[in-house]
Amino acid sequence: MTRRRRRHDPFRVHQPPNGQLCRDPAQRIAGGVAAGLAAWKGYNVTTVRIVFVLIAVVTSGTGVALYVGAWLFLPAAGQDGSIARKAREDAMGIALAIGLAVLLTLVLLVGGVFDDSWLATWAWPQVFSVAALTLIWRNAPTEEQSSLKRMVEPLEAAAGASGNKLSVTRIVLAGVLLIAGVTWLASDKKEIALLRPLGAVGLVIAAIVLLLGPWWLRIGRDLVEERQARIRLQERAEVASRVHDSVLQTLALIQRQADDPQKVIALARVQERELRDVLFGGPKPAGTVASALRDVQQDVEARYGVQVEMVTVGDCNMTESAGALVAAAREATVNAAKWSGVTVISLFAEIEADVASVVVRDRGKGFDPSSVPADRRGVAESIRGRMTRFGGTAVITSAIGEGTKVTLTMPRP
Amino acid sequence: MNTRVVLVDDHSLFRSGVRAELGRQFDLVGEADDVQPAIDLISSVLPDVVLLDVHMPGGGGQAVIEAVKPAYPQVRFLALSASDAPEDVIAVIRAGARGYVTKTISTAELADAIRRVADGDAVFSHRLAGFVLDAFSSGAVSDVSKPSFDPELDQLTTREREVLRLIAQGYTYKEIAKELFISVKTVETHVSSVLRKLQLSTRHQLTRWAAERHL
Repeated sequence: MTRRRRRHDPFRVHQPPNGQLCRDPAQRIAGGVAAGLAAWKGYNVTTVRIVFVLIAVVTSGTGVALYVGAWLFLPAAGQDGSIARKAREDAMGIALAIGLAVLLTLVLLVGGVFDDSWLATWAWPQVFSVAALTLIWRNAPTEEQSSLKRMVEPLEAAAGASGNKLSVTRIVLAGVLLIAGVTWLASDKKEIALLRPLGAVGLVIAAIVLLLGPWWLRIGRDLVEERQARIRLQERAEVASRVHDSVLQTLALIQRQADDPQKVIALARVQERELRDVLFGGPKPAGTVASALRDVQQDVEARYGVQVEMVTVGDCNMTESAGALVAAAREATVNAAKWSGVTVISLFAEIEADVASVVVRDRGKGFDPSSVPADRRGVAESIRGRMTRFGGTAVITSAIGEGTKVTLTMPRP
Repeated sequence: MNTRVVLVDDHSLFRSGVRAELGRQFDLVGEADDVQPAIDLISSVLPDVVLLDVHMPGGGGQAVIEAVKPAYPQVRFLALSASDAPEDVIAVIRAGARGYVTKTISTAELADAIRRVADGDAVFSHRLAGFVLDAFSSGAVSDVSKPSFDPELDQLTTREREVLRLIAQGYTYKEIAKELFISVKTVETHVSSVLRKLQLSTRHQLTRWAAERHL
């Protein structure tokens, strides 16, 4: 249930894990604990990871156990329950985990008898880790299982799963190096004692790199690929949700209102603009004259079912006087929508270095300026008043049958 | 003789719409739905005007113009587009289209635009007029590092500017003529002159302007 909801709700997937501590599977290498912690406290992920590794080394493994515990008990971002909660119902998994732990403990006890406790102390946390990992393995979502699978891959390779000639050579060579290194470390010949730490450790490291190098490379590559795939998936989900919210909704509305052409046109227009914004870079930054005029355009179109053909040339930030210009332009556009009787209104704005101007024009009824009805004079005055207050001008020209043109000019500070 | 028109658009729905609306007024001699078929068709029927979609799967309308124009300069192109992305518009105009209109244009206006293009005039949509004003006023066409040989090309005259402003406000050529007390022919001359400047002025700056404006 939880997983299904995550897949279908793109906003849940990249919900930032703020507020409470949870794992962040989107950024994970193993379980996403480091990434989750980093996001929770606002640290750098890499730093957190390095600290984790250091802690694990210094505490000789207890850190690993803690990490695995966190993996088991912390819920992933966007999910409700932790893996542990799910694991409670997994009787088989619990049995397996206990069995493994017991087996491992036995092995360690036996080992501890021969070698006084060195092996045992640093391995106790591993018993817990192995048991916990078993539970995670069985109960984690598929995507997290894949990262576990990656971690046991070298075991499979070492077990001879790959018959590749190259890898066989590699393993043999690594084995030789490892044995040489360990022998050197263990030997107590005086002549080479000085060189021992350097040379022998070098050999062991070389062996480890040779053995695990290709696997590390692959993990790195896989992680990158996986991340890219995830990003692609998210993008697709986002586009899908956008199309769903806008285009499909509008199409549904259009079908329902097919007998009202005016409404259908208005719907199509709003949708067209929305889609255009998505496809061609979105609306220009807010807070400029052009964006304010775009709002005017959309409002008037939505409210009066007319088409406002807008062209803007240049742009500038909003100022008090520019605000007055936009408000006057809104008045003029609303007027044209209400009174002209036509469905297309043109709105042209040009912002030059020293002056900003807006022309609102319709090809509608028009009126005789010498015999203006009282209610319209008020509107004209409100347009003019806004402009003159900031040193601008408003010129309204109209003639019956020839439409109306309102020219607004505002000097720029 | 009727104007012979070829229609190039990848949307069959749009083609059939145009066919139904313009079929009576023009001689529709062929249709194509992609770049290569369009090039073949135009080269064989040599129409007066090609109504050309800016966006097609096999490349833009730009590719069609570039392939046909050198061999058959007499064929004129009117670009049609659903998008108003300035870089598309500028690109297709610079490739040699005589005009640009959006697909929301009314049938009467489209017929008018075809006739104008057939006569060798230029057709600007109100939005294209806005782009051009913007490009020239923001100095996008004057390349400081590489001044053009003909500085006339890098700026608009006051009259051209006035004409473009009126086009941007939705005026028809006839209305512009009346408003500015000039003849329709003079309006057409001004627009053609702007088109020439658009096609010839310092290329790279203008293209960059369009790309930036897109973002």
